[in-house]
Amino acid sequence: MAISSEQILEKLSAVYGENILAHSEPFGMLKIEYKAEIHEELVRTLRDDETLKFRFLTDLCAVHYPDDKGREIAVVCHLHSLENNFRLRLECRISESKPEIASLTTLFAGANWMERETYDFFGINFTGHPDLRRILNVDHMDFFPMLKQYPLEDSSREDKDDRFFGR
Amino acid sequence: MTEQSIYGEDHIKEEEKQYNTLNLGPTHPATHGVFQNVLQMDGEIIMSAEPTIGYIHRAFEKLAEHRPFYQVTPITDRLNYCSAPINNMGWHMTVEKLLQVETPKRVDYMRIIVMELSRIADHLICNSVLGVDAGALTGFTYVFQWRERIYDIFEQMCGARLTTNIGRIGGFERDFSPKVIEMIRAFLKEFPAHFNEFEGLLLRNRIFMDRIIGVGPISAERALSYSFTGHNLRAAGVDYDVRVMNPYSSYQDFDFIIPVGTSGDTFDRFCVRQEEIRQSLKIITQALDNLPEGKFVADCPEFYLPPKKDVYNSMEALIWHFKIVMGEVDLPSGEVYHSVEGGNGEVGYYLISDGGRTPYRLHFRRPCFIYYQAYPEMISGQMLSDAILTMSSMNVIAGELDA
Repeated sequence: MAISSEQILEKLSAVYGENILAHSEPFGMLKIEYKAEIHEELVRTLRDDETLKFRFLTDLCAVHYPDDKGREIAVVCHLHSLENNFRLRLECRISESKPEIASLTTLFAGANWMERETYDFFGINFTGHPDLRRILNVDHMDFFPMLKQYPLEDSSREDKDDRFFGR
Repeated sequence: MTEQSIYGEDHIKEEEKQYNTLNLGPTHPATHGVFQNVLQMDGEIIMSAEPTIGYIHRAFEKLAEHRPFYQVTPITDRLNYCSAPINNMGWHMTVEKLLQVETPKRVDYMRIIVMELSRIADHLICNSVLGVDAGALTGFTYVFQWRERIYDIFEQMCGARLTTNIGRIGGFERDFSPKVIEMIRAFLKEFPAHFNEFEGLLLRNRIFMDRIIGVGPISAERALSYSFTGHNLRAAGVDYDVRVMNPYSSYQDFDFIIPVGTSGDTFDRFCVRQEEIRQSLKIITQALDNLPEGKFVADCPEFYLPPKKDVYNSMEALIWHFKIVMGEVDLPSGEVYHSVEGGNGEVGYYLISDGGRTPYRLHFRRPCFIYYQAYPEMISGQMLSDAILTMSSMNVIAGELDA
């Protein structure tokens, strides 16, 4: 039994209405943008729905868009409905000044380390996470390295001029 | 009959018990990589484990944001270095998806040959080293020479063995030479006999079987909740394989089966990998027999680095070379997720391009980072020696774990 993008959107907009902000289908994968407040609830609906069955959390990560003021950080999840063989991308935006979003650890055991990694690199506070610590970087690091303001190399170096070679 | 403690009447109560703390790793010879686990032990029994990872973290995602697309390939080598070509191919296909480049059938088939060869190498290491950890060293020496043969084939194809950086965006840097075909044919002919011997050495070995049956099990439900993929998920009984679910690189043309286990224990994981090696051999044979004629590269001069010979001799190739290297080519913007069935699970690439020279953001879905978090759950209540076997049977690769 296959499901379609329309079916998913219809179900979600019936429940969440205004909270679903946008949807698109870049390169053949349905992408839904929604307000961060409904993050956990929306994923729970997708997981527990009898026909949709998005019971597999493929991936969770974040992206930093520093120019998008007020909604700088995007939290992106990829869900997979194994039974319907349907992949879905979920995105919600939070602000850099208050990077807080609900944790998915109650829904998926595997979200634990994925969220720890996202916290480690982007400083996102996953509320309700049982053990939100750094995972790959050293514990005493006092910044979140994947944010765009941190350069890869020491910016005071003069021997490497990348002006002509892009960023 | 009343139950009596073996420690007699004065046996301490559960809440007063004190456990021993044992530091397993980071550089324990039995863990094959930099893994640290702080174990709470009740005698020989593990009560809980606390893994610490990140010892060889190399900031690949940050690095990738500062490198042109074709220079990201060597980074992917160093994720799962036991099956580097699969990672390379996965990355090339991700970029091709973004660029909407159609590859010729010959490229697809060539890629499948390379990927399946590296899957065999990956599984051979994992299974033979599992034997070593259980004390059966002989099997390892039987098959390790065959891994060498696979690396010889890679060397003949691209000049490198372990971190191969094989292929390019759009296809391959050169066609398979007759020597390569000959080497693969010889491998297909000679390997199965030795492989069967290897399997007989372990699966007809009572001690080995006793050590691995029922060790480190996980249920299908828990495995799915932990986002397991690859042989670990299949050993638990879920027939999820990216090659079948979302066929890439013309996998739909091939006839092969997906082996599944039932209990998700070390024995099932071992058997699933053994069978996968046989299926990979079948796939390679089919690909080689039906290898289509044609070009070994897609028609995309704006992204494919031209051969050096042409750069020096043809104006057009020189222009493209210059444009690609200097980042003068316009890349499409957008976001794309592509995944391939790697040596140990679904290797995913989440690429966001803003049209710039380098990825705006690149996230690697690293299968063993995701399933290694289930390790404490899988080993608690087991013996210390079982923990070693569980880890080596899960095919956790430090490079991929720590990115």
